Amino acid sequence: MTQNGRAKSTDPIIQIREMHKWYGDFHVLSNINLEVEKGERIVICGPSGSGKSTLIRCINRLEEHQRGQIIVNGVELTNDIKNIEKVRAEVGMVFQHFNLFPHLTILENLTLGPIWVLKTPKKEAEAIAMKYLEKVHIAEQAKKYPGQLSGGQQQRVAIARSLCMHPEVMLFDEPTSALDPEMIKEVLDVMIDLAEEGMTMLVVTHEMGFAEKVADRVMFMDFGEIVEQNSPGQFFANPQHERTKLFLSQIL
Amino acid sequence: MNQPAPARRVQLKPPVTNVGVLGWLRSNLFNTWYNSILTVLALALLAWLIPPLVRWAFIDSLWNSTSEACRDIDGACWSVIPNNIKFIFFGFFPQGQEWRPALAMVMLLALVFYSKERSRWKKSLGWVWLASLVIMGILMYGGILGMPVVETSQWSGLPLTMMLSFFGMVAAYPLGVLLALGRRSKMPAIKSLCVVYIEMIRGVPLISLLFMSSIMFPLFLPEGVTIDKVLRAQIAIILFTAAYIAEVVRGGLQAMPRGQYEAADSIGLNYNQTMRLIILPQALKIVIPPTVGILLSAFKDTSLVVIIALYDVLKTTKVALSNPKWTGYSTEAYIFLAVLYFIFCYAMSSYSRRLEKELNTGH
Ligand SMILES: Nc1ncnc2c1ncn2[C@@H]1O[C@H](COP(=O)(O)OP(=O)(O)OP(=O)(O)O)[C@@H](O)[C@H]1O
Ligand SMILES: [Mg+2]
Repeated sequence: MTQNGRAKSTDPIIQIREMHKWYGDFHVLSNINLEVEKGERIVICGPSGSGKSTLIRCINRLEEHQRGQIIVNGVELTNDIKNIEKVRAEVGMVFQHFNLFPHLTILENLTLGPIWVLKTPKKEAEAIAMKYLEKVHIAEQAKKYPGQLSGGQQQRVAIARSLCMHPEVMLFDEPTSALDPEMIKEVLDVMIDLAEEGMTMLVVTHEMGFAEKVADRVMFMDFGEIVEQNSPGQFFANPQHERTKLFLSQIL
Repeated sequence: MNQPAPARRVQLKPPVTNVGVLGWLRSNLFNTWYNSILTVLALALLAWLIPPLVRWAFIDSLWNSTSEACRDIDGACWSVIPNNIKFIFFGFFPQGQEWRPALAMVMLLALVFYSKERSRWKKSLGWVWLASLVIMGILMYGGILGMPVVETSQWSGLPLTMMLSFFGMVAAYPLGVLLALGRRSKMPAIKSLCVVYIEMIRGVPLISLLFMSSIMFPLFLPEGVTIDKVLRAQIAIILFTAAYIAEVVRGGLQAMPRGQYEAADSIGLNYNQTMRLIILPQALKIVIPPTVGILLSAFKDTSLVVIIALYDVLKTTKVALSNPKWTGYSTEAYIFLAVLYFIFCYAMSSYSRRLEKELNTGH
């Protein structure tokens, strides 16, 4: 694999090899190996503090890994800022706390990336933005500010904002855990639509219903390691490790 | 998915807490026994102070007379102002040429006034500003179109005050923002440079900076090279104000949640774009109130240039009062100056409040 060469379409879109990460002396991720095929949907679960967020944040370099390799769509993540920007433009991320830009309207939140990163003309960017706002059922709010929307609406805007960049991969870090129960469904529905359209998704979540419904693979993490991964059917019916069993007994 | 339809029920009016003037008085001025006492005391104080003041300022006063006429009255002699207005405003600007700084000031005020609507902040307005500043400079300095040259040493009075404060604020603000960004930079060289600069400037009073700029600084210049004295004072004011702005802006930057940086990173914005489009617009908005505080003191501090023998509007007033004819009427003259300063400061602070309201997006 060359560092900057385009990946062949059969290559995994994400390759993580023997990756380690430390926060100071704390070994937060240990020997992570993960390959994600294009179109694959992966759900990551595990106890609090097990390193789930840290893992997916390494994939778009919000966190830096210290050992091993992370290759996204044929580009290896190193200190090279050009590579990092390239990967970030191809990887969308949805956060637990939405992180919309409160000083910009919904429409401006969505067009910012296309206009400044992809250099899309403004008119075109707005058309794309409206398309995705319709997709997440919120087009009528385009002129409002994030502060005027409910949590569920804000999270759907955040998803649309990522989609406007036409990402190859979408990362979700507990997208529903800051939401009231009645809003969780509206966000999950949008994510299910997305999965059905073939988006490559890595989702950190405790919504096991979602995992059973859409995941190709469920991954369990504990103490910074990938303990076990399997198809959802196998994973829930027939967990292999004690730690997985314990975790499942606690959340199900 | 859509907004829930409003429930169909009778909409009640919000409760009316105070009925009429009496109701208002009752609920605001006489609602408790100690509030009633305070109200009565305050009224008594006003009754004691106001009538003599009104009598002095308006009834027994003279507005446009000679200084001799003022000797025979008990009230205020406002005549000191119209009689000296030319000198108070324009100082040592050559006789007969006063229309030039007057026109320059009017231009500046008109432009500032026009620029206060944010919808007018376009590129073309920037060009208008640039052209106007050139014209103002020509008006002040002269040398072409038959206008005799007026050296900067003769610039004084209100135009000098306005110039020092206007450029002081306009240049110090962006410089302060850059310093604040530099202080948070990950590059140690830039960071320590900014820290040293900010802390050094904040460690000395403006007066000593002005002294240094006028007395010490020329000693370091090679022989034959001189830098204009007004310009040196201007630079000292800019450097001084920028250090304070930098600290206020840094506070605003620190208040920005990490999620905003992460969201900007995750859509692929680079550092410059993140700062310009996401972080600074929010951070600068948060710190509007303290920033305005600094700009207001910068405006008032321009009067300190008197110690390096520049004649700002406060000094020209003093000079006018040193004329034996008008010596006794400094109260009136200083009240006039206070009102003048107040108008500028009040305009600035009320504009900043309006900006804050306009920029509020409900979060
Ligand atoms: N910036 C940091 N500095 C030091 N330690 C950190 C930092 N961020 C996270 N950690 C630690 O790393 C570990 C993993 O954190 P991480 O956020 O990845 O957990 P998580 O699996 O996402 O947990 P949760 O379900 O609570 O979100 C935790 O023990 C946490 O305390
Ligand atoms: Mg987490």
